[in-house]
Amino acid sequence: MVARERLAPLRGRIRRASALLSWAAWGTALAAVPARASDIIPVPDFTDYRVPISVPPAVEHPGWEWLSVLLLALALCLASYLALARRSRRGVYALTVACLLWFGFFREGCVCPIGAIQNVALALGDPGYALPASVLLFFLLPVVFTLFFGRTFCAAVCPLGAVQEVVAVRPVQVPRWLDHGLGLIPFFYLGLALLYAATATGFVVCRYDPFVAIFRLSGNFNMLVFGAAVVLIGVFVGRPYCRYLCPLGAVLAVCSRASKWHVRIAPTECTRCRLCESSCPYGAIELPTRPLPSRMRPAARTRLATALGLAPLLVLAGVLVGGLLALPLARLHPEDRLAERVLREDQGLVEGTTDASEAFRNTGRPVEELVADVLAIRAGFRLGGRWLGAWMGLVVGLKLIALTVRGKREDYLPDRGRCVSCGRCYKYCPEEQMTLGDLREQAEWESAETAEVASP
Amino acid sequence: MPEAGRTDRRGFLADALRTSGGFALVGAGGFLVGRRGQEELQVWQLDPDKCTACGNCATYCVLDVSAVKCVNCFDMCGFCDICTGYFETNYWSLDTAAENQLCPTGAVIRRFVEEQSGQRFYEYTIDGPLCIGCGKCVKGCALMNGSMYLQVEHDRCVNCNECAIATACPAEAFYRIPANQVEIVKQSAIGVLERRGRQQLREADEDPQLREEGESLLARAAVQRQWRARQAGWDARQQGEEAPRGS
Repeated sequence: MVARERLAPLRGRIRRASALLSWAAWGTALAAVPARASDIIPVPDFTDYRVPISVPPAVEHPGWEWLSVLLLALALCLASYLALARRSRRGVYALTVACLLWFGFFREGCVCPIGAIQNVALALGDPGYALPASVLLFFLLPVVFTLFFGRTFCAAVCPLGAVQEVVAVRPVQVPRWLDHGLGLIPFFYLGLALLYAATATGFVVCRYDPFVAIFRLSGNFNMLVFGAAVVLIGVFVGRPYCRYLCPLGAVLAVCSRASKWHVRIAPTECTRCRLCESSCPYGAIELPTRPLPSRMRPAARTRLATALGLAPLLVLAGVLVGGLLALPLARLHPEDRLAERVLREDQGLVEGTTDASEAFRNTGRPVEELVADVLAIRAGFRLGGRWLGAWMGLVVGLKLIALTVRGKREDYLPDRGRCVSCGRCYKYCPEEQMTLGDLREQAEWESAETAEVASP
Repeated sequence: MPEAGRTDRRGFLADALRTSGGFALVGAGGFLVGRRGQEELQVWQLDPDKCTACGNCATYCVLDVSAVKCVNCFDMCGFCDICTGYFETNYWSLDTAAENQLCPTGAVIRRFVEEQSGQRFYEYTIDGPLCIGCGKCVKGCALMNGSMYLQVEHDRCVNCNECAIATACPAEAFYRIPANQVEIVKQSAIGVLERRGRQQLREADEDPQLREEGESLLARAAVQRQWRARQAGWDARQQGEEAPRGS
């Protein structure tokens, strides 16, 4: 600040001097030159020196994003094949590590399918933004694959998932109530991220990406601390980011529920041996249900009716609260903060200026124009906030309904929403061991016994 | 369970839903992409006209040494002896001693070119690897010609989906531009590039290299004009759209 004040008179003096000089010497020549010509000292006429031309460096490897798209498609095919057809945990793990190395450490994380959601939202919300086809494919490929094969993307292709898959060495089971509760966060986060992307405020998912700093082996302090914390938690809680934060995980969980094929724990028939019960570090195995005793049925029915009745109320409450939250939500928009600051400066409520307010004043743009802009932004947030609230209400309402509905399951099955198709449970299933031949002796013994019974 | 080769009603409906959902997604995406005819990769550039050289570029980049560096547009440079982008305001003497230099890393290189009627002219080039993008020289140069400006270097930028500097930029000067546009130059530089290009073409005669340079300069200028015009169009349209809603 002090330096700037000291500079001001000097700046003026130099300006005036240079203007005088140039007018005196080159006045007529410069009259033809538009815009700020009076300030500019012209390039001298050199005798034998050629004025160099500065050329911007070329974009490196302009075709690489297409290679990445191709590799993403290939990796998704391979992941689906390994998880569903080959049922090979080792194969899935190897692919995970390979994808971590390529998409994570080599390509350094951007653009990733998780972030690409925001590019799509921005393209919907901002008429000035053109969505590159490669970025769109980065979003679409995992979604379409999930519609057919379940979350194989999460299992083996996503570099963020891969970091957590590799570090999950001592996973504990998260209590069910906590798991269900925290599992709602990705849906909220998704709504928030879409709102902020569509209003061109910023890409919050990228801003709070815990792993990109690890992939690049550099980053600001907050990013590194957050990344280290998530990795540390990930040692004891399987895939904390995927389960409790990842917005793409929320999208894929919904798609996975409708998937055509999905991994199964038992390759042939489930014998309900309970061996796989605690094999999943991500709490994605659903136990077989027992029919409810008849005396508890009326209470269950009431619960379901309450949940069904509550859902629309929650959506409505969300709309109301979301509308109220417009102003705090808009605070993240840089122009909102700028307008606030400029107005407070004008009213004398704060002293001094910030870089942003100074930059604004230097542009000479009228304050009224900025205020009008910000009012439009806030109007957008009022609408967006209502949608966000409705979405959150809907998510909670549907969750309550889902919790009260007792599905009829006779086998141990993966929860299609939460299962990432990592294949950890395969080896726990004796049927699997039998088909692999690891339990052959017993199988032979059994067949010998049946033959004995049948023969006499 | 459906028998082999046959699907039950539920399975059929689910299949239909899945397929139509998939097609809808791909179709909507294709529409989004096709609407603006944009399939190029996008890269970050800053608008030097908006830049205030606040110094955030040096500190906020995710790279250890920022991808933003200083560029000198020589055709706007005055080749001054007393360069306000090179010397401290209270320099001891007009030489290359470190205490006289504005640049904290000594990345601006001063080279004597010529003396004409007692006036000495110097060339100022930026040593790329040394430059940290702090913008001190840019601020200094802005007092005079403003030929020095900060710009994102493509060969260093890792092209984050959300640029950390763009988030921190007080002037909101960062833009995503199609990679084939390559750069954003100052508005005042467009005319300068054009003049230089035309001059090169006039002088070219039989020299294919000069002709090529001249043509590429004119092409660069044309791309810049296009971008400025489109940007102005967007701004006008956005304000036109939003003003009635806001008021």
